[in-house]
Parts: sequence; structure tokens; C-alpha cells
Amino acid sequence: MKRFAELFVAIDQTTKTNEKVAAIVRYLADSDDRSSLYAIALLIGNRPRRPVKTSDLKAWATSAAGIPDWLFEESYHIVGDLAEAIALMLPPNLLSEHDYRLPDVIVQLAELPEQTDEQKREIITGYWRHLSRDERFIFTKLITGNFRMGVSRQLVIKALSIHLGMDETTVAHRLMGKWIPAAETMASLFAEPEQGSRDFQPYPFYLAYQLDGSLESLGNVHDWYIEKKLDGIRGQLIVRNGQLYVWSRGEDLLTDKFPEFGPLADALPDGTVIDGEIIPWSDDRPLSFQVMQTRIGRKNLSQKSLREAPLVMVCYDLLEWKGEDIREMPMHYRRNLLETLLSSPLRHTALLLSETMPFDNWGEVALFRREARNFHCEGVMLKRKDSAYGSGRRRGNWWKWKTDPLTADGVLIYAQSGHGRRANLYTDYTFAVWDDAGTLVPFAKAYSGLTDKEIAELDAWIKRNTVDRFGPVRSVTPHHVFEIAFEGIQQSSRHKSGVALRFPRILRWRRDKKADEANTKADLLQLIDAVNG
Amino acid sequence: MLKFTKQGIYCPRADVYIDPWEPVQNAIVTHGHSDHARWGMGKYLCHIHTVPVLRLRLGPDIAIQGLEYGEAVHRNGVRISLHPAGHIIGSAQVRLEYKGEVWVVSGDYKLVHDGVSVPFEALRCHHFVTESTFALPVYRFPDPTLVFSEINRWWAQNAAEGFNTVLLAYALGKSQTILQHLETETGRVFLHGAVANVNAALEGMGYQFPGERIATETDRSSLKGAIVVAPPSALGSPWLRRFSPYRIASCSGWMQLRGARRRRGVDRGFVLSDHADWEQLNQAVSATAAETVYVTHGYEAPFARWLREHKDLQAHEVHLQGAEVMEDDL
Repeated sequence: MKRFAELFVAIDQTTKTNEKVAAIVRYLADSDDRSSLYAIALLIGNRPRRPVKTSDLKAWATSAAGIPDWLFEESYHIVGDLAEAIALMLPPNLLSEHDYRLPDVIVQLAELPEQTDEQKREIITGYWRHLSRDERFIFTKLITGNFRMGVSRQLVIKALSIHLGMDETTVAHRLMGKWIPAAETMASLFAEPEQGSRDFQPYPFYLAYQLDGSLESLGNVHDWYIEKKLDGIRGQLIVRNGQLYVWSRGEDLLTDKFPEFGPLADALPDGTVIDGEIIPWSDDRPLSFQVMQTRIGRKNLSQKSLREAPLVMVCYDLLEWKGEDIREMPMHYRRNLLETLLSSPLRHTALLLSETMPFDNWGEVALFRREARNFHCEGVMLKRKDSAYGSGRRRGNWWKWKTDPLTADGVLIYAQSGHGRRANLYTDYTFAVWDDAGTLVPFAKAYSGLTDKEIAELDAWIKRNTVDRFGPVRSVTPHHVFEIAFEGIQQSSRHKSGVALRFPRILRWRRDKKADEANTKADLLQLIDAVNG
Repeated sequence: MLKFTKQGIYCPRADVYIDPWEPVQNAIVTHGHSDHARWGMGKYLCHIHTVPVLRLRLGPDIAIQGLEYGEAVHRNGVRISLHPAGHIIGSAQVRLEYKGEVWVVSGDYKLVHDGVSVPFEALRCHHFVTESTFALPVYRFPDPTLVFSEINRWWAQNAAEGFNTVLLAYALGKSQTILQHLETETGRVFLHGAVANVNAALEGMGYQFPGERIATETDRSSLKGAIVVAPPSALGSPWLRRFSPYRIASCSGWMQLRGARRRRGVDRGFVLSDHADWEQLNQAVSATAAETVYVTHGYEAPFARWLREHKDLQAHEVHLQGAEVMEDDL
């Protein structure tokens, strides 16, 4: 585990991507097969499930550190990360001679749920006693279940491509889906799959950047497919050897969550892979994302929820046809096949074609994008007609162009210190609007959107203008006004202001506005009518 | 004998304030950091090695008196003396005694030796005023000698890979400690003006530190493989550009936390502090044998509660004005 800890520290210590890649390549060169596989799984975010309760972990750490519960909580709050707090609080361990093997540690953690609480405690505190501070942090982070390495998947792919002498696209493909380190060797994981052995495996998703250049730089509008950008779940639908697999972009296998797609195992020909947006749909239009979230959150799907949130896949690309990977073919070729497939009599009602919209010039596109909400979408997707289906996020051939967010001006009323990079700084803010009685009612929480400099300035102001403290939260003098951007707004009985926002964030600090110039609750309700009406 | 007022810690009998925040007639200043040594006092009293620092920072014309460690002055029956705090050069604890009652105001302090300032002296007293900058059990600092060798190793590695090295450290205190421990055979040592000014001021007191002041005419080629010591405010400033290509590190107790390291936006964070960590604070409080402890500057509430509930002391939290505003700048 020492070498893995060194890798972690090396990645953590640099912001330069080539140094991160070099560190991974070095690690792979010096490690045995089994350690490499477990490390790769961790690097790309395949984490073990949390084997113990957080409350148990806290109790054991508190007793090992010899401090009272409240002091543990106080310290944890300042650090902002449970694993780090524990690693720092435990008495220093000066002799960490024994080196545990990473795979053994992870296997033992995976077996932990079967042990009694007493055994769990003994195993975990035993590791704590024998590990160095960095190892302790990583070990505890593995237990708390929010382990992240600070490298993007793309960088891991790049390092593996260098290490294996294999092109990046192939490496990306081999890493897709849920593979189990214990069941693989480096050779088996990266080998050309045998027929049928990897039917479940999705292709790496091709992702678009937000359009940042001018429209004119894109050339002729007729060289592009222009589609509505929908607000559902990006997914890949696979039928191979009579089996259906539905993957989300986050690489969760969601087949069982979507019984609507069940009949497709028979309806679609073997060797079909479709890329599209999974979204609740009724009366020729998408339902709100909230409906989808409630649906996804359900453990057991009732007839009622199936009826209230019927799902479709709006299909926009065909990646595999008759068992053949056609991602390198131009998009117009793939799209023609997709259209034929979806227009065949076998076509299923759960599959819709993502319509391409005919525009004669970029001005029309810009106009549509501005009014996108009226067309039940969040903007447009631009895809070059002759583009191949790439892997990962790339510039050039695919762009997303979202409509401008909705905005409202709110007054800062509460602040709380952040986590991780922002621990010890007041960075989590609550904003309020005025109600009819002239009181401020909270309507949005936002954590991002300010520069580091603005955060520092606001942090100092908050500390000097605290009115009251409730645990980690401070209420401040209502003074500063911020423009809050959000993607959607709905009525909500759970929120004091009566509204719920989707993706609220700070657009800018309105230093030119006084608190009484902020928006009102009535303004927000009006906005709901305008947007959802 | 002492009161905590809006202006600072006040001794009415001696009519003197300790580290006052607002202009008053008589001020005792524990050390030269800007949150303790403020402008506009009628008269300043401090350790002799702090005198040139205050002259540099507050102006050459201030009325100021320097004391040796252990030397006493008497004001209206109160015996006042200064004792080593181990925080930075010239840093002092203030001991006040009146009719057998002893108070000690620690100012900022640390117990580990930094090789430059006179080590902390434990003083027995009835009432102890302690700082609490790092008064949480997550702050356990590594042995500074290990940190110095890490810094030297990093510098050598950067030089070997064709990078200059920039260390961010407070101009007064941290910079001198680091300069004292640099292995200067690795390369040349350059100083930001703020650091060079402090060094020059301390020279008159017999201190000597390596390093040359960076000037506009400093030849870029002479920088190759060099180390530059600059105050934290240099981070992100155009002043740094001339050192490219460089790697940059921050040296501070705050670097103990990963979040703070990442937030700082530096390549490395070295955990090096002139404040006492959790262990040292507890050790210091015990060594005073004080029955009453006043906790200021930092995590007042948790440390006071810890001392009350687990050390059976009468501990009070004291919120001094201005202490919180400065917490990231120490």
C-alpha cells in the first residue's frame, strides 16, 4: 500500500496533467499485475462499497484518538473530510514498517460486511495503528466510500495507453462497464474480447463541450445536424445475444430500473447499440426532470410510477449494427441506419428518433436556442454530419449550446464553511428573496460561481458581519446581493419560499444593488408560470 | 488584573494595553506581526529585537522602548517583564505581577525550537492567556527538522529538473527560519524585497541570513536552479513571472489540511508553523500550572471547553477584535 500511497500523493501534489500521467505510468511499471488491476479500478472510480457505518467509524476513531465526541465533530467540521480528519487525529504512528498489499486490503474490506461489529472494529483499528498517515488517509477514504484520485478517466487511459503501447480508444473501451479486478489479469482485461464474453460492455460515451467560439467559425449550417438538447439521462442501450443492457453515462447498469425497454431484447436485432437520452415522455413532449428523479430514486417500481413517468429513449446515434462497431463511419451513415431501424415495423414505442431541425442559417439556430425553453429543451446539440463517434470529451465535431439560464437576484443571509478545498472558508451560501410581508425567505443555496478572490473577500466580510451562529452556520446582515442562475424552477411545498430550483449557482456579485432591490417571492412565482406554462 | 476590552488586553492598574487593536497611550507589543503590532500608539514597549522591526513597519519616529528577556519595568506597583515565546525573533510572553498575583499573556508561541528565535520559556502563573490558532487535535505538526530536509530535497530535485524554486513564507519569522536551514550549496538564494527589508532590519541586532535581494537588474540567467523566498502575497502576482519556469510551495501550519493546500494553488505545501500545535498547546497550559486560562486567537470555543471538561481548569474564551480577520495571514 506504500507505493499506492506514493502514487496518490504524487497525483495530489501536482496540478500538471503530464506529471500525473507520468506518476501513473511509473506506478504501473513497478507493480505486479494484481496490484495494477486494483489500482486501475480505484483510479477510474470503481470503489468498494462502504463496509461499515460512518457512525461506527467515528466512534472507533474518537476512542483511538482519546478525545470526546464533540471535539471529534468540531475537528471533522474544520477538516471537511472524514477520512482526513481521522488520519490526522489518530496518535502519530512512528513505525509503519509493515507494507500491506493493496489488493489484500481491498479484498478484506469487501469481506468486512460479513464480520461482526467487534471484528470490524478490530480489523480497522488494527490498520490504523500500523499505517503511516498518508496510508491511513487512503485506507479510511476507501472505507468511507468517497475515494477519488484526482485524475480524470482520460488521464488514466492515457497512462495505460503509454504503459501498454495500445491506442487510447481501445483502452477506453476495455475499461467500460463493471469489470471485477479479482476476475481479470492485465492481459485478459486488455485483450481483444472473445465472441460473447463481453456482451455487457458499453462503448465509451462521446461527450460535447459547451460551444465557446463563434457560430460562423463552424462553417456552413448545412454541414451540421442540429438537435434539441434534452434534460434526461444519457444512456446506451445494448442488445447482444438476446440480452438487453441499459447503461447510464455514469456507467451504472440501469436495465432493471427501466422495464419499458424489456421487450427490446427481442424487438431489436442482436448486435445493436444505441446512444440516446432516457427521459419521461407523454403527449409528444418530455416531462420535467423532477419526474425522472423520483422515478430513478424508487427501489420498487409500482404500476403507478410506471404510469406517471413512462420512459422513452430519444435515440440519436447508432454505435453498433449487426454486431459491427460502426463508430468510425461518418454520422450521416450511422444516422441513416438509425432512421431505418426506428422506422421499421418492428419499431417499439419506447424508442423515439431525435429529430434534426432544418435551419437555413446560424441566426435561426441562435433564435431557437434563445427560446429553447418554449420548445421543452435546454438548448441545441450541434454535430458535424461527417463526424466519427469519438470517445470522451473532445472539441471540434460535437458541441452543446445551452440556452441562457434563468436568473434572480437574492440577498445573502446564511453562510457555512465548505468542504475539501474550501474547508475553513465560508463558501456555502443561502440566498433569500422578499415575501409580501417584507421578510426574507431563503430560496437558493449555492456553492459555486465566485472567484477565489471574491470568496476570500466575502469570507472576511461574513466573519465581521455575523449576526448569529447556529452550529456551523452563521446568519449575516442582509446586505450583499447576488445574481443566481438556475436551469429550472418549480413550485415546492418543502421549501420556505415555495419554489425549488434546479442547479442554482452564483452568476455574479451585484455590488450595484442594495438588499431591498433583490427579487421577490412574487417574481419567482410569476417566473414559474412563464416557464412551465 | 487584566481586562479584555474593545481596544485590546488592558491592565488598568499599570494603564497599559497588550497588543492593542486601536490607538492607546501605552502599548506592550508581543511581537512584530501586523495583527499584534499596530500603528498609532503613544508609546511602545517590546523586546529589543522587535524594536527594529516595529521601526521598519510603523515608522522610524515611534516612541519605543526595548527590554531584554527577563528584564523588568514597574508601573504603579505592577512588575512587568518579557519572556521568550519561541514564535519568531523578538517574540515575547508578557508576565505581569502585582501583590503576588501573576498573569502571563503568551502572545503567539510555539514549543519546538526553530533554530533562530529564543526557545519558549514555561512560566508559572495564576492566569494564562493563550493563543489557539491550531487548537484542534487534527493539528499535529511534523518535526521541523524533517520538514527542512524535505524542503532542501525538493529544491535540489527542482534544480535538477530545470526548475527554479519559490517558497512562500511570512517575511518576518518563517522566512528567517527557512533561510537559516537552507543547504546553500544547491544554488543561489534570492529574496523578495519584503524579506530582504526584514533581514536588513535584524542585521543591526547581529542576525545574519543568506540571500540576495532581487532587483530589477538581476540577471535572469543567474536564477537557474535558484531558490526564492517571498511573502504569501506574491502568489499570483506578475512579480513571479521572472522566475519561470518555477515550482512554488507554501510553508505554513495551514498546509496540514489537504483542502487548504489545494486552495492555495501551489505545487507543494510544507507544514511549517511558528504556532503551537495541539500537543504543544496542552503541554504549555499544563506547564504554567495556571488555574484560569483565557483562550484567544483561533479555536477559542473548543479549546476552552476541552480545558474545562478534560483538564479541570477554569477556561474562558475571549474574542479579541481583529483576531479572526487575520487568521489566514499568520
